[in-house]
Amino acid sequence: MKTRQFACVVVMLLVAAMTVSASGQAEPMADDEGAFRIAVVMPSATTDTAFSQSMYSALVTVQEEMGGESAIELVYSETMFVVPDAAAAVRDYATQGYDLIVAHGSQYGSFIQDMAPEFPETAFAWGTDVNTFGLDNVYAYTAAAEQGGYVNGVMAGIMSAGGQIGVTGPVEVGDARTYISGFVQGVESVNPAAQVSQTWTGSFSDVALMTAAAQTHIANGADVLTGSSQSVVGSIGAAQEAGDVLWFGTQADQTSLAPELVVASQVYDWTDMLTEMIENAKSGVYGGEAYVLTLQNGGLKIGYNDGFDIPAEAIDAAEAAIAGIIDGSIVVEP
Amino acid sequence: MNEILSATVITGMLNTMFTLATPLLFAALGETFAQKSGVVNLGVDGIMLMSAFAAFYVVLQTTNLWLGLLAAVAVGFGMGLIMSFVSVTMKAEQGVSGIGLQMFGLGMSSLLFKVMVGTVKTVSGFPRLEIPLLSRIPFFGPVFFNSNILVYIAFALVPICWWILERTTIGLMIKAVGQNPAAADSRGINVDLVRYGSVCFGAILAGVAGASISISIVNLFQDNLTAGQGFIAVALVYFGGWTPIGVMFGALLFSVANSFQLWMQVLGVNVPASIANMLPYVLTIVALTVTVYRGRAPAALNRPFLRGEN
Amino acid sequence: MKRGDNDAKEFGIRLLVPTGGVASALFISALFLILLDANPVAAYGAMLRGAVGSTFGLTQTLVKATPLLLVGLGICIAFRARCINIGGRGQMIAGALLATSFALRFGAWPRPVLIATLIIMGFVGGAVWGFLPGFLKARFAVNEILTTIMMNSIALQLMNFLLQGPLMDPAGIEAGTFLAQSARLPEAARLARLVPRTLLHSGIFVSLAMAVVVYVFLWRTTLGYRVRATGLNPHASRYSGINVSIHQALSLTLAGGLAGMAGAIEVMGVHYRLVEEFTSGYGFTGIVAALLGWLHPLGLIPASLFFGGLLIGADTMQRAVQVPSALVNAILGLVVLFVSSSAVWTQQWIRRIRARGEVSS
Repeated sequence: MKTRQFACVVVMLLVAAMTVSASGQAEPMADDEGAFRIAVVMPSATTDTAFSQSMYSALVTVQEEMGGESAIELVYSETMFVVPDAAAAVRDYATQGYDLIVAHGSQYGSFIQDMAPEFPETAFAWGTDVNTFGLDNVYAYTAAAEQGGYVNGVMAGIMSAGGQIGVTGPVEVGDARTYISGFVQGVESVNPAAQVSQTWTGSFSDVALMTAAAQTHIANGADVLTGSSQSVVGSIGAAQEAGDVLWFGTQADQTSLAPELVVASQVYDWTDMLTEMIENAKSGVYGGEAYVLTLQNGGLKIGYNDGFDIPAEAIDAAEAAIAGIIDGSIVVEP
Repeated sequence: MNEILSATVITGMLNTMFTLATPLLFAALGETFAQKSGVVNLGVDGIMLMSAFAAFYVVLQTTNLWLGLLAAVAVGFGMGLIMSFVSVTMKAEQGVSGIGLQMFGLGMSSLLFKVMVGTVKTVSGFPRLEIPLLSRIPFFGPVFFNSNILVYIAFALVPICWWILERTTIGLMIKAVGQNPAAADSRGINVDLVRYGSVCFGAILAGVAGASISISIVNLFQDNLTAGQGFIAVALVYFGGWTPIGVMFGALLFSVANSFQLWMQVLGVNVPASIANMLPYVLTIVALTVTVYRGRAPAALNRPFLRGEN
Repeated sequence: MKRGDNDAKEFGIRLLVPTGGVASALFISALFLILLDANPVAAYGAMLRGAVGSTFGLTQTLVKATPLLLVGLGICIAFRARCINIGGRGQMIAGALLATSFALRFGAWPRPVLIATLIIMGFVGGAVWGFLPGFLKARFAVNEILTTIMMNSIALQLMNFLLQGPLMDPAGIEAGTFLAQSARLPEAARLARLVPRTLLHSGIFVSLAMAVVVYVFLWRTTLGYRVRATGLNPHASRYSGINVSIHQALSLTLAGGLAGMAGAIEVMGVHYRLVEEFTSGYGFTGIVAALLGWLHPLGLIPASLFFGGLLIGADTMQRAVQVPSALVNAILGLVVLFVSSSAVWTQQWIRRIRARGEVSS
């Protein structure tokens, strides 16, 4: 009893001592007069090589392009897949007077709709969706992933020697679904005999299962693989081990993950959109528009792997597909 | 459906089965020891994550796979010490402390990854080890003798664990402590020590399980890499009725169901993917329900031991 | 007089020891914060501010506590019958699926009737998901830890399936976004928001009422007594004619029902639609809340408020000092480890006080 009381007292003293010593440290200065303040709330980690990372690295790029930390202050909250937590984060940032708040998840829409009218001078951007709720301080954004999927599919159809192509992904929804839909149309357009088979593992984090799925495709004779979302890293690993298997990426440039087998990636480039939002906000416009990243507006790019010897035929077909999508002669269904 | 029975498919399916079963088998064998001594360790998933990161990080820095495995073992042991301190010395409610350990492992491994690595990187993990001659046997060769070393170790551990539990004094002590700690205590067995040992041994195997994902199956680390496989491993201990062989059958059944559903999808069998994804879980429940064998739970499972009270 | 004194003392200990546990966990976490170049004082200040320092923070704490309390109540019933229910997540999903499907079909019903029906639907959905493990345990001696873990994944895949097809928001299909969410619930199916511009909804009253109901059930009804008896001593219960299996199955069914109710209420009060990941770990944190509340329905009320506040505060802290959010999980894990460890001191202290009380009286 005595010793425990003593232990309690010691703990309290330690806490107190630390409090005193730590309060000597300077408060981190966040508020820099004149800096444009951006906060982003994301459902997964900034390092997911996919959805969240595409937005976070775009923000970092914009920050660098527009003058670094003194011009743009950037804060983030990651792995906010729980909606009430995300709501609290967004409200917190709005109350602190951030100029642009990016709610990077389609599940965040309902609370943006409720919250935005309270902060008329704050620009809210949310996606992926196209609904601004008729509010003039809300932007919506999404990516026409089927377009890049189509281009990737065209290349895959040409480059697959055996005509067996595998698709891996976690759950067939959102841009994973539209990307694959475009991909299948692309393959069909150049190689109708090719077989595209799909596997969905039902889990966003189960990399081991995703690896097994890719191995299954390879065992079944697939020589080209593609797939979406965070778990692609598992598939790329399997492809690496097998060798002789090509990979097409989406969302972010995945060349760095396996330079020897990534042919090309569809890259979401949010920077132009973000720059426009920032410029708008500075001139007093806080929203009201829906952005769709497309090949036309340059929000979608096809990142070829420079280190990979892509046959001229495939590049030509890909460029022709891009041109066709841009001028409207090719229509890709999502 | 005929395609599913072709030689390619069956070979591929069984090979994938062994790969997927390995982490589950390591972790579940370890948990068997913990539970045999009377401790339910629900924190297996957290231990796997911490060790998976440790192994990955060490291999990333040194490219030495065995050093990576050693790091996983060390971290597993450390996590095991935490678990046993909390649930044996402090007599905490085991279900809850395990969940605490899992949350800690999940958070801590992601935090360390973020601070020390930052972005997705790959390492080259344990390569496939074709066993000479044996791997040439038609059909059986590619299925059984063309995996990486951790797969062989995992399956070699099954008879070893059985032997430890059934044929050695240590095994007898573990079972005595899990069955009736008061009686074991009166016979002079140090109950707490045996439980510490069992939980830590289990945690070491959970650590190897984590490493078998991060440096042998997927060769990378990312947040929540195990995706709940630690919990599946705990479930498999009940499936296997607290016997290493039963646990092995559980791990194989679960994994073969998983590779079967992947093949179903690849071959375009007309079943929605999400329904196919359910297969391993449903099959595990059904299989256990229809088999007669249950095994007997250690009588003192999930009960902290206080001398003079049990 | 002496008796009352001891009760007060016991209560004090029951509060003091876990508080010490939390303090120690936060003390260790402070070291992590320092290592991450964050000021622990600023961090914990933000934590406190985030949880209780503003109207919004307070309402967020209550929003978190609502499902925690319901799931925890279920865990509590199951624990009392010596069953470990790890299936909170799956049961929440099952409840939410049933309630959502129902709401989207019968949105024209009068509001009070619809809302009451939906909450019951949530209970039914979850109860089915809890009944299966209960039934398998009672009839085939299949361990409930195994089944509840597996049933979580099955429910998750079932939700994936429905959100990709029958339940997918038609607006999303039309816009070509194909998001994994259902259509928005009709107005009549939404729970009232209690404070404007917050997420606080009337589901909190349902949770509180259920706490009382569960208390009455466990301590004032014969059935509840039998459930507790099976947990306290299965052998003695069996001897005295109580069917242990049936009562354990019942406890798992009720646990599932309460978790299912939590799922339905989350959808009706917070999201207004079924979205992926709406369960947000309540299946596990509910277990923690149940233990913090000494496995007592009324103790669970402060416990879930506390844990809800901790979850909210930790998030606020993460934003205030911009540390990786993974730290939040690590800290929560430490809190759980420390608090569950400290329980033994609580028991020892109380035993000693009781012993002294007996000697002196």
